[in-house]
Order: sequence, then structure tokens, then C-alpha cells
Amino acid sequence: MLFRPNSSLGVPIYLQLMEQVKHAIETGALRPGEQLPGIRPLAEELVINPNTVAKAYRELEHEDVIELRHGAGAFVSGNARAKKLTDRLRAGQAIVAAAVERLHARGVTDDEIRRLFEAELAGLTRTGGHGG
Amino acid sequence: MVADPFVIETADLRKNYDGVEAVRGLSLEVSAASIYGFLGRNGAGKTTTIKILLGMARPTSGHARVFGLAADAPEASVEIRRRTGFVSEDKDLYDYMTVQDIIRFTAAFYPRWRGDLEQRYLRTFELPAARKVKTLSRGMRTKLALLLALCRGADLLVLDEPTSGLDPAMTEEVLQALVSHVAGEELTVFFSSHQIAEVDQIADRVTIIDRGRAVVTGALDDLRENYRRVQLVFDGDAPEPAFRAPGIVRVRRDGRVLSVLSSAGAEQILDEARALSPVSVNIVPVTLKEIFLETVTVED
Repeated sequence: MLFRPNSSLGVPIYLQLMEQVKHAIETGALRPGEQLPGIRPLAEELVINPNTVAKAYRELEHEDVIELRHGAGAFVSGNARAKKLTDRLRAGQAIVAAAVERLHARGVTDDEIRRLFEAELAGLTRTGGHGG
Repeated sequence: MVADPFVIETADLRKNYDGVEAVRGLSLEVSAASIYGFLGRNGAGKTTTIKILLGMARPTSGHARVFGLAADAPEASVEIRRRTGFVSEDKDLYDYMTVQDIIRFTAAFYPRWRGDLEQRYLRTFELPAARKVKTLSRGMRTKLALLLALCRGADLLVLDEPTSGLDPAMTEEVLQALVSHVAGEELTVFFSSHQIAEVDQIADRVTIIDRGRAVVTGALDDLRENYRRVQLVFDGDAPEPAFRAPGIVRVRRDGRVLSVLSSAGAEQILDEARALSPVSVNIVPVTLKEIFLETVTVED
């Protein structure tokens, strides 16, 4: 299974699904022009709310990552913007992969890495709170 | 008649039974085409609320409307039940009938009965058509009750603890049928549960009811996005700050640690927390389970 959102992560399911679709495109598991699973089969397979799948697809279309063709379904967008996004993300992924690898080497767990990323994104390193 | 924006709407709903307040000022708004989870502990007032919605109990005060119709008006109640598929917690069915009999018997009452869905669910639920209802297992009984509710072409499904007593595999099967049904038909599902995981999995909106009152209401995605736990560690004992940030659900002090649960993100709390000079700050997403456990009353 390409997509596997986790309802107990504290991250909206549609956002997880969006990230997983982008990741699948990023890794080449999904290529431009290829069709994504339909809303109903995907909702059934993942046993999640169909409205959630629809919302993820709508947002992805808004970001030009996919195209929704009426009656035909959802397709990976083949235009330049999707490619550019992919290049940008590929560079980012390499940085994240290297950082995660180094963190793992120091014994930092996945859960701790998630928390560190969230703290970083929330601007916590600028609190001036230093230990000792 | 102006179309009601909500399929189910209650305002300050109250119900007393012999001096016991089962429902205490409950307000609900359930939009069309959603799967709405009604989450609460046993005895929180879920079944009483459902009975009021279906005209099986009269509210002590406040109002309940379904399809814009007053649930306590007898004629409206008939119309509400005509358009609603209901599965009660005990899945009451005629025990002496066979599966096939009860399907034919029920179908006769509903002009919009969906023979196509009947065939589909008989197959996917693997229901034995010739077996007597009384010999069915709990899981089979639930599936049969669900089939009868799903096939009548209802605009609203009201399910009271649909998966209670089912094993995880059977629960998944029932949830899958619901998800699939909602994807294929235009209808609203209102289901009560004390199983956090299943509400988390398939609902788009949720109300957590505790002691007859709604303690949390919202879209699950919004809850996941907005609830955060901020953990502050101090050099000495944690201070007792009076946070002004909105959405603070709970503040706990434990030695050097101050833990703040917020329903409105972490940023404003962080702004205030910086002034307290903590030695470390951690933000953790919060799951529905934690929200539930933090907001419902634990006895004794």
C-alpha cells in the first residue's frame, strides 16, 4: 500500500495523505500523468472518511500537484510546477535524510526527532532558554 | 419551508429521569453528508440523546430538531423515523424470523428499499439467508441490523454503539461498510461510541459528551491541528503562571515541569512562556484519546 495515514498521530489525516501523495511522486512511485486511486476505493481500503480523501485531493489540485478530471478521476499533474516542486523537495529530502541519519546515530528516537522538528518549526530555538 | 442547514440540531437539550439529569444542556449541530462521532463514556447521555432525536423520549426542556422537524412532535417524529435508519445498541430484531424473512418483512415498509444494496451487503457480510435470527452470533446480528438500516434508502443513519461487543476484525468490517456506503450515497451518519479509535478513524466531526454536556466539539482535523501540549521545564520549581492565551484546557504543575494543554495551538502560550525563562520547551501534538481523557470526568 502506497498510502498509510495514522489517525493517532495528532496530524490531520488529509495533511498526512497529501504528504504521502507528494512523497510518492517525489520517489517516483507515482509519475506525472498516472492515475491516483479513486476517492471511494481509497477510503474503503484505508477505512477513513471519504470526505477526508476528497479534501486531500482538492488541496493537492489547488497546489497543482494533481489534476481532477471530472468523471475520470485524479491524475498526477504533468506540468512544470509539479516538477519544480519535486526538485525543491528532493533537495530538502536529502537534507532531512542526512539529519535523521545523524540523529539516529546519536540514539535519538523517531518520536524525539518528530518533537525536535515540531519545536524547531514553532521557533522554539529562539526562546533563549538554555540549560545550565 | 426553509431548508434547515443541519440534519440534526439540538439547543440546550435537557432530560431528567426520576431526578437524574441524563442530558444537561446539550447543543449539537450535525451537517449533511458527514460522519459525526458522538463520543462519551458509558452513561454519559448518548443513548438518551438518540432516543430524544427519534421521538422515543421527550426532552425535559430545550429543543431537538431532525431534518428541521421538532423531534418531540408526534407527526414530525413519524416523518423523522421514515427517513432515518436506526440501529439500537441491543440490535433488537425479530428472533423467530430467518435472515431472509426479516429482510423481506423490513423491505415491505420502505418504498425506497435498495435491492441492489441488499444483495451487495448479503454477500460482503456473508449473512446466512436461511438461518434464524436467534442463532446468529453478535457480529452477524450487528451486520444484519446494519444491512436493514443501510438498504432502506435513508437520508440519515443513527447508530448507537454500532461496534459494541465486536472483535477488531469485525469492527473493521463494519467501519469499512459505513465508509463505503457514505462514499456511494448521499447521507449523514450520526454514531455514538465509547471507542475513541473508531471515531478517530472514520468521523469527520466529533462531539465528546460527558455527564450530559458537550465538552469538546469540532472537526477532527481541526482538533488534530489545534490541540497541543506545551511542556516547560524550569531550573527550580515551576511557577504558577496565569496564562492569558486563549484555548487553555488544563495546566499541570509537577515539580520543575509545567504542562499546558491548549486547544488553540502553542504559539501564544510560547510567547507568554518565554517571559518565565524555562530551561527547556517541548511541544507535542495531542491525540483524540488524550483530549478525551483530559476532558471527561473520571469517577471518584
